[in-house]
Amino acid sequence: MNVSSPTTADAETVAVRRVRAGDIADVIALDERVTGLAKPDYWRDVFDRYGERRLNERFFLVAEPVAANGRSIVGFIIGEVRAWEFGSAPCGWVFALSVEPRTRLHGIGRALFDSIAAEFRRAGVGQMRTMVARDNRLHLMFFRSEGMMAGPYIQLEKELE
Amino acid sequence: MNLQISSRLAIFALLELAALPEQQVSVAEIGEKYGVSSHHLAKVMRALSRVGLVRSVRGAGGGYQFSGNARRTTLLDVIRLFETMGPANARAGAAERTPAARALRELLGEIDDVARATLGSVTLATMLKLVERQRTPARRPAASAREVPAG
Repeated sequence: MNVSSPTTADAETVAVRRVRAGDIADVIALDERVTGLAKPDYWRDVFDRYGERRLNERFFLVAEPVAANGRSIVGFIIGEVRAWEFGSAPCGWVFALSVEPRTRLHGIGRALFDSIAAEFRRAGVGQMRTMVARDNRLHLMFFRSEGMMAGPYIQLEKELE
Repeated sequence: MNLQISSRLAIFALLELAALPEQQVSVAEIGEKYGVSSHHLAKVMRALSRVGLVRSVRGAGGGYQFSGNARRTTLLDVIRLFETMGPANARAGAAERTPAARALRELLGEIDDVARATLGSVTLATMLKLVERQRTPARRPAASAREVPAG
């Protein structure tokens, strides 16, 4: 994979690159700060699957300040190319995005989004997709601002009694 | 779904003003562009002014100027100034207490929830991008899902 060149953000310059094993503690901590829930086993498993295997179609990217000086990552995005689920032609799916709250509104989310979009294009797909909880206004506003629109699918679910 | 005329006018006016935040635009100019009476539009502008989304500029060349935050103001914020976007109230009458009416209300509520989530996620800044895209339509892939079920 091509490691993205440093991306200039409004107030902070970050570089977007592939995740490394040494980043996982930061990913776990960032996710816990944002969601209030620690999920170390989940994130280690995600790293095993998306950070080390089938890297031509799986992308676990992190944003770190260019002048890191030991500072931890300030965001991450994860996605993969999936094909033929629900009858869909190959498409890039984004299933995780998080940005350090104190660094938001500085273009880091956009840098991550643009980087994974570029990876999907390099992988040969022309469309990307995600799913957001209806009440998750922050993520909905972000993805909308990046040009994402409602797609041709409707998500359905059922309570199992 | 349909929006009331005041909501539509408010969105159109805000997009006009937010596109040129340094400039003042008169009610007459906006009214002419969208084919609406200045009288109706003036009432809408006063409502937007009361909540700080626009400010009136007096004097020659006066009009209105955008004074809100385009990256934080959603379409739902604007629409709620002019109409209710809550769940539909139950109608009176025996039929409305039937399981069929409750089931229908639940389904319509699902549609309302999606409409609110959509309108609440699109900011004026995002709308300006969509407007720009309409001006320069790019070739877009067909949006229809394949009919083949997951296999």
